[in-house]
Amino acid sequence: MMTTSTLDSTASSALAARPNGPSPSQELRAEVRNLSFFYATGNKVLNSVSLPIYENKVTALIGPSGCGKTTLLRCFNRMHDLYGKNRYDGEILLFPEGKNLLGDDIDPMEVRMRIGMVFQKPNPFPKSIFENVAYGLRVRGVRKKSFIQERVEWSLRHAGLWKEVKDRLTDLATSLSGGQQQRLCIARALATEPEILLLDEPTSALDPISTGHIEELVTELKKDVTIVMVTHNMHQASRCSDYTAFMYLGDLIEYNHSTEIFTNPRDKRTESYITGRFG
Amino acid sequence: MADAEQTNDPTKSKVGESILTDLVLSSIRVRKWIDFAFMVVGLLALLFSLITLLALILDLVRTGGPRVSWDFFTSFPSRKAMKAGILSAWVGSLCVMAVTSLCAIPLGIAAGLYLEEYSKKNWITTFIELNIVNLAGVPSITFGLMALGIFVYGLGMGQSILTAGLTLGLLVLPIVIVTTREAIRSVPNSIREASFALGSSKWQMVRHHILPYSSGGILTGVIISLSRAIGETAPLITIGALTFIAFLPPSPVNETFPFVNFQWLTEPFTVLPIQMFNWVSRPEKEFHVNAAATGLILLMMTLVMNGIAIYIRYRFRRKLKW
Repeated sequence: MMTTSTLDSTASSALAARPNGPSPSQELRAEVRNLSFFYATGNKVLNSVSLPIYENKVTALIGPSGCGKTTLLRCFNRMHDLYGKNRYDGEILLFPEGKNLLGDDIDPMEVRMRIGMVFQKPNPFPKSIFENVAYGLRVRGVRKKSFIQERVEWSLRHAGLWKEVKDRLTDLATSLSGGQQQRLCIARALATEPEILLLDEPTSALDPISTGHIEELVTELKKDVTIVMVTHNMHQASRCSDYTAFMYLGDLIEYNHSTEIFTNPRDKRTESYITGRFG
Repeated sequence: MADAEQTNDPTKSKVGESILTDLVLSSIRVRKWIDFAFMVVGLLALLFSLITLLALILDLVRTGGPRVSWDFFTSFPSRKAMKAGILSAWVGSLCVMAVTSLCAIPLGIAAGLYLEEYSKKNWITTFIELNIVNLAGVPSITFGLMALGIFVYGLGMGQSILTAGLTLGLLVLPIVIVTTREAIRSVPNSIREASFALGSSKWQMVRHHILPYSSGGILTGVIISLSRAIGETAPLITIGALTFIAFLPPSPVNETFPFVNFQWLTEPFTVLPIQMFNWVSRPEKEFHVNAAATGLILLMMTLVMNGIAIYIRYRFRRKLKW
């Protein structure tokens, strides 16, 4: 954790407050630089957003509906490329090599192979539990059975689902409960060891108990993977994220340590939002 | 706000009291009676159509039923009604259906897949989609006329099994395309995104997810279109199907190299509905019995095919949950 004094020097500008001089334990994993995003219709939904993503930390994106937080998340794995002529302006650099994920020289498929995503609604394939987790490996052409088996078990263990499903790996994934399905989706994304894991409101379709499981899991997982998470739930953001970015109408209003954002917001709009006055 | 509510209150309670007047109660009676009347009308309409159909089928069974026997399936048509059978007709139907399937199924599925998953959504694709739906409603004899011009004369395929199969293939192609698209559309977008998010290519997504999950719907469409093709008569008469065939097309397999031949494709043919049509137009009563028996067999075939389609749909629906 950084001290408040170092933050004070950088947070003078609410926009793109990047805690300077990351300490050795806080390697920069990715950096969003002046990212604007336009839908094919010409709608601009992100206004020059800049934001660092630190290794093995959870970065939460919060903000009222329509503020662009999911749009921003989906830029990370180029999901927007699937639909029409959407346009990116700016860059997302992936470290250590500093490659621009939005550049023309990188294929969106490569981006998606390196950055995993878990969606709002659990979306397991109507195949067996095993096949769901193994799918990412199969896509990459992995044939070796023992390796696949090993990875599937590893992923399910890390997603906290192994004990529940180890005797029924051949059952249909859709026969699991909603919370289990979402953990399966996390396992599916983990199986290929993504460099960053994107979570798009992963608990919004789940009951409180399953939500609790997922939140514990997120805290566990950051040991292995960098996480960027969109959430509607302020408590969730304060409980499981290290950094929080508050977005409003396509602008990044404030970015800081989560503890700072939730106890001592600098911007009026952040304060109104986290105290529940709008959103 | 509070003020307005208070001034409104007296009128509100008045309306509240007046709700259960005799007028309202009688209006309930009237509306319930209309409900009942419509139920009766609907039931009568249903019974009328069911009873008419049932009477037709029963008549067919009563007339043609006794004529259906093993000999009926293994005999060629004959001048003597009691000796006549449908051997050449059902073999012909089978051969034509084989060509139709080979032509319509791959083309239809590939076209539907392209339209649904690959094509960009612009006015050209909208125009094409609209025309495919229209094509499904074009009278079948028009396809016959077109096939006569293109396949029989233009390409010189003659009045052969190949011509007939291709004609029926074109006829049911729009049905296959439309049902394929519907089946594909029923796969939720979240599945596509899940697959892409794991780094799959478009073809991997289609091959591993779209096709397997929509295969139930696609198969249903294929079977229903084939069961339509098997009963088609008009286009085949137009391209010149023969009504009296007393021989079978040569076997597609033989004992000498290369063991398969496609000579059967060029043979003249007849099919079940044409055989039936031919017998109906004869003056002798006995031939009408043959026609009824053929009709019964056709009916059974379509029934069985549709039954299989329904079963497949049921099986797949039960397995697939999103």
